[in-house]
Amino acid sequence: MKDFPYSESKDTRSGFGAGLLELGRTNPNVVALCADLVGSLKMGDFIKEFPERFFQVGIAEANMIGLAAGMTIGGKIPFTGTFANFSTGRVYDQIRQSVAYSGKNVKICASHAGLTLGEDGATHQILEDLGMMKMLPHMTVINPCDYNQTKAATIAIADYEGPVYLRFGRPVVPNFTPADQKFEIGKALMLNEGKDVTILATGHLVWKAILAGKLLAEQGIDAEIINIHTIKPLDTEAILASVRKTGCVVTAEEHNYNGGLGESVARVLAQQLPSPQEFVAVMDTFGESGTPEQLMEKYGLNEQSIVSAVQRAISRKK
Amino acid sequence: MNPFNYDAEQLLNVAYQVRRDIVRMVHAVNSGHPGGSLGCTEFLVSLYFRQMTHKPEFDMNGIGEDLFFLSNGHISPVWYSTLARAGYFDPKELATFRKLNSRLQGHPATEEGLPGIRIASGSLGQGPSVAIGAAQVKKLNGDDKLVYVLTGDGELEEGQVWEAAMYAAHHKVDNFIWTVDYNGQQIDGPVDAVMSLGNLHAKFEAFGWKVLHCDNGNNFASLLPVLDEAKALTGQGQPICILMNTQMGYGVDFMMGSHKWHGVAPNDAQLEQALLQLKETLNDY
Repeated sequence: MKDFPYSESKDTRSGFGAGLLELGRTNPNVVALCADLVGSLKMGDFIKEFPERFFQVGIAEANMIGLAAGMTIGGKIPFTGTFANFSTGRVYDQIRQSVAYSGKNVKICASHAGLTLGEDGATHQILEDLGMMKMLPHMTVINPCDYNQTKAATIAIADYEGPVYLRFGRPVVPNFTPADQKFEIGKALMLNEGKDVTILATGHLVWKAILAGKLLAEQGIDAEIINIHTIKPLDTEAILASVRKTGCVVTAEEHNYNGGLGESVARVLAQQLPSPQEFVAVMDTFGESGTPEQLMEKYGLNEQSIVSAVQRAISRKK
Repeated sequence: MNPFNYDAEQLLNVAYQVRRDIVRMVHAVNSGHPGGSLGCTEFLVSLYFRQMTHKPEFDMNGIGEDLFFLSNGHISPVWYSTLARAGYFDPKELATFRKLNSRLQGHPATEEGLPGIRIASGSLGQGPSVAIGAAQVKKLNGDDKLVYVLTGDGELEEGQVWEAAMYAAHHKVDNFIWTVDYNGQQIDGPVDAVMSLGNLHAKFEAFGWKVLHCDNGNNFASLLPVLDEAKALTGQGQPICILMNTQMGYGVDFMMGSHKWHGVAPNDAQLEQALLQLKETLNDY
């Protein structure tokens, strides 16, 4: 099992803020909108340097999505910022009609996704957003794993023409991906090559998968760990190549098992390479208040859950 | 500069043909929305044949052009006919309205690349937000042209339009003219019976808008001066709203003044009766 050294832990939302600032300096067409959550989205540095390219919308997310769609007409690249819940469920129809169906170059940037929002509870902890967004034709769906990857993804989506949903979060997590790693939309990242099981992880579960890989190595299980930062389009080639080698797969995500990464992987495998698959995800429930660590443990989204899922998957191999 | 710059008499000529197109289009597929389309014919014809600077050689970004957004997308027949008659595409294509593989979808869409359409609409209440975003980008781009949006009156029951109204005033989006098709009708009956809008003038004014009235949006003599006045009031720090009284179904006597023809197509005999009232001025498609 490879080692993944890191010098500090940071929140992914700060990676978004840093990426947005850099885009402000390098791409004059980038504009930003926010629905009264400037601090939470770490948009302050961009606003300070480019006040004329920032639009405060107030607590009016539906209007924000429409405004952003309109701002593409005339050549701007709007980045909207609010919590993941208010970026998706609250404005699904606005995204569907004005952004996705209209093919608009809007970047919907969503913080505080999943359980790790913590104490605010289930009203704010959306676990359905990946599903809603991946069902929309034309939509690209990205869920990076750490600060560096979120910053790189933020910069990369400005160069891609089309609607994007970029999902990140609030907790501080190890910042282990190289700062100079290029972000390629739709290209899975091999983290650790192995032969016994494929672990496909996205977002905050990527670090948990690395921790699980170490525990598995102690048990003599050689896990292949792949970072799926892009849920759609899914890197089916990388997934199939790995599962052909290992014969079973575990998917890990901070999302409902309905509609998430696991379901996308299951569809690919069912069609092309039927294989045992286990799901590390929230089992069709809402979240609740608690610390991020408590919630990840209670809802089975930690390294122990991944280890158990791997054991189940391996035992089902023919 | 408008590519036609028509006077009232020439506009009336176009309006007759657009009305013929509308009733023929919805009749051909036995579906679509003739009532609101007929009621807004003078407005659309005025924008495209007199009021707006625009290029029928369609460009999505529309830099240096006035832009129009239709928020109440169900009145697509009047928009499609007006665009075709203004040269955006061949009027023959109007025959494909609502048919399989057509660029003329039931509600306006960009997916099939129909020239003149910049955003999909149909799910109501979204057009003002989109149009305001486009207007703000015009300012960022140093483009002094204007952005127009049309909504229905029943459509104002959607909450998003008031988010947009609040935003446009706060951000002083003064290169923007929002016209409300104030025909007093919606699907389930008169607006006042379904969900009364109260004093719309006072509502928009309280949101910080400059509000104008058009007493008869089906009469060019009443409509054109209001459109000119709205344009003259741009650039003064306030967004502009026109409350435009129209009659649903205007121009076809048996369709006028009722919500009954909101989303119903005429049968063969009714079509014949309607066409007798509408001069063919520019050749039927």
